[in-house]
Amino acid sequence: MAWPRSTRRYTVRLGVSMTLYVVTLVAGVYLVNQRHVSGPILWPLALLPGLAIVGAFYAIGMLIVETTDEFLRMLLVRQVLYATVIALSAATIWGFLENFALVPHIPAFYWAIAWFAGFGIGGFINRLTLGASGQC
Amino acid sequence: MKNRLKVLRAERDWSQQDLAQRLEVSRQSVNAIETGKYDPSLPLAFRIADVFGLAIEAIFLRD
Repeated sequence: MAWPRSTRRYTVRLGVSMTLYVVTLVAGVYLVNQRHVSGPILWPLALLPGLAIVGAFYAIGMLIVETTDEFLRMLLVRQVLYATVIALSAATIWGFLENFALVPHIPAFYWAIAWFAGFGIGGFINRLTLGASGQC
Repeated sequence: MKNRLKVLRAERDWSQQDLAQRLEVSRQSVNAIETGKYDPSLPLAFRIADVFGLAIEAIFLRD
């Protein structure tokens, strides 16, 4: 069966976001390490990979908006809730542990990775509890 | 919420995929509704009733 239009659009949006992420990250690292770029140009170099990841969040949000199948949409919303709870809980607990110098500092962008891990866990929980893991 | 989806489907010799196509939803949705893991919205319940040519209360039953 052909993919629904919403899933195809999600795949394209996610593909574009991830491609931009890799390109901007590699370019930024290269320019800073090899070309010794410094000054105000560092701002866009630092912002672009982050904005590319925001594109991935946008792709997931639009998938929720554009999914017409109400059951699949509910699965997605549950996945997003699991991801948010897991990432925010981990960030909060780690922050307090860090505050008391019990754990090392980790860069904030790792919480986005935690969110995507939570998104995967959410899909697994959907599979266990509702017998379906949805579209992604 | 209990429902008679599986029986009604069997009476018509429809697979879950057949019913899903008639309802314009995924097969996963039909399976989740049929097994009682998901209660459909009122608009979808009306679509299901229309597909079977029955009233909603002839398909969905109180627990």
